[in-house]
Amino acid sequence: MVEAARAKTVPAPAGDGATGIAADRAKAAAPVVTARGLSLTFQTNDGPVYALKDVDLDIAAGEFVSLIGPSGCGKTTLLRVIADLEQATAGTIRVNGLDPDAARRQRQYGYVFQAPGLFPWRTVEKNVMLPLEIFGLPAAERRARAAKNLELVNLKGFEKKYPWQLSGGMQQRASIARALSFDPALLLMDEPFGALDEIVRDKLNGQLLALWAATGKTVVFVTHSIPEAVFLSTKIVVMSPRPGRIIDVIDCDFPRDRTLDIRETPEFLAVAHRVREGLRAGHSYDD
Amino acid sequence: MTTEAALPSGPARSGARGGGRTVSAVLFGGRTGPVLVIVAAILALWYAACLPMNAGLPSMPTEGDLATRYQAAWALERPVLPSPHQILMELRVSTCGRLPSDQPFWSAFFSCEIRWTPRNLLFHAWTTLSSTLVGFLMGGLLGIVLAVLIVHMKTLEKSLMPWIIASQTVPILAVAPIVIVVLGSLGITGLLPKSIISAYLCFFPVTIGMVKGLTSPHPIDLDLMRTYDASVWATFWKLRWPAALPFLFASLKVAIAISLVGAIVGELPTGAQAGLGARLLTGSYYGQTVQIWAALIAAAALAALAVAAVGLAERITVAALGGRR
Repeated sequence: MVEAARAKTVPAPAGDGATGIAADRAKAAAPVVTARGLSLTFQTNDGPVYALKDVDLDIAAGEFVSLIGPSGCGKTTLLRVIADLEQATAGTIRVNGLDPDAARRQRQYGYVFQAPGLFPWRTVEKNVMLPLEIFGLPAAERRARAAKNLELVNLKGFEKKYPWQLSGGMQQRASIARALSFDPALLLMDEPFGALDEIVRDKLNGQLLALWAATGKTVVFVTHSIPEAVFLSTKIVVMSPRPGRIIDVIDCDFPRDRTLDIRETPEFLAVAHRVREGLRAGHSYDD
Repeated sequence: MTTEAALPSGPARSGARGGGRTVSAVLFGGRTGPVLVIVAAILALWYAACLPMNAGLPSMPTEGDLATRYQAAWALERPVLPSPHQILMELRVSTCGRLPSDQPFWSAFFSCEIRWTPRNLLFHAWTTLSSTLVGFLMGGLLGIVLAVLIVHMKTLEKSLMPWIIASQTVPILAVAPIVIVVLGSLGITGLLPKSIISAYLCFFPVTIGMVKGLTSPHPIDLDLMRTYDASVWATFWKLRWPAALPFLFASLKVAIAISLVGAIVGELPTGAQAGLGARLLTGSYYGQTVQIWAALIAAAALAALAVAAVGLAERITVAALGGRR
């Protein structure tokens, strides 16, 4: 069974970025995530909490989709439902045509958490190799993939360092390398740069964009920063709290090789404005 | 024990320290100096306490100046509180026999050839240590296994935990004779019954510490393993076990110390022939306070060594796991 799962989820190391993008364009129409009428209600001692309500969402292959909203709007919950870390209480969700449990068992996505979550007793390299060890890849293959992905996040030369010897931004990059190490087509990121300062965040946003362009992954990215969402995304999903629901979906078709400079353009500001309007509307609804 | 024993007391010690600034810099730069000061203070207090503690004994002179009375108090055959040098001498005599009288005192004191007699404290210490270690191994393993079961099975936490805690509320002094007698009637004597008492005491801190340690990983770490569809086995070896190691060593230090207590307690009800517990018992039978204190000091030294050994194992492990946790 492990063999079968590995064959499906850990394809031979992909070629360069160009072929990745070409392959991605070929299947551009294929939905990676489809949600219909998705609801999730937590039963607590203070009564039910409606974390998600009637969420409809389509994410196509190769897209970079940001989920944005204030704290408690269910954007992280939605990501966790996609990852099968939470289970919806109503509605349907498919991940690569499978239900989330099956997709998780086939290791179809890489998940980057708010905190780097690196194991302090492992070196950076060994942290990146953790999923590969669990999947049972041979040692030489593990080392090759760790080297490749650490280079991809600009951490070459830090293989033998321990996490506490790295800055917060470097730790989060190592955690991204770990999520990429088994080459999943889908990358789920839960406010990965939320704990970092603005300057580091800008830099990492640029690097993430380059990474996305090079690998052709589908990315679902949770954030509560408007500039971050507009800068990174091809599609912005605006959410509002209690109950968590989608109030606007904004297409955001800046060129793939965008730079931080576009944040000064009128187009960028127009999209940012629309996101802000959406967030405000969500709040007034709540009052 | 003769009255000629020299007094390696406070004054001699402080004289040795007056060797100039470099010596004091060396001593007080590290831990040595402060420790020596505390030791000197304890010794001074101890010597001072010998007279009031022993004053009521019939063998003490009721007259004479303070110096004479102190000298008598420090050299009693069966004092209430023996002086430190009497204990030191007892340790020397028990391991290497009486001092030859034809040599100068200090060279005789240190030219020690160990004699393996039933009186030798090293022999007794080894007896106690061997059952301590066997009990520590059994108790440590039991503690870890229980913790692993408790962490992985919710029902076990509810059903086992109360019993584990209850087991430690029973006084070990009451349990020990039962264990010894029951096992003795089954034909099991010697080391094993004592080790079982040690294990009974020392599994507890290991279980408590390891339950805490095995559940110490952050929810994010456990979610991460879930996204990899990692098996319980993989989650245990790659996450829970390494995360629990600092907790394991903390509890092992407690465990080995009380394992020694368990072994000593286990030696009492047998009327034991060997072991530090047996020495304590025979010492109290015959009012040999010096012998009791010597056994006590030996037990304390043994405990310190055992805890230090666990500490060394901890340092080696921590270094192998990234140096900083």
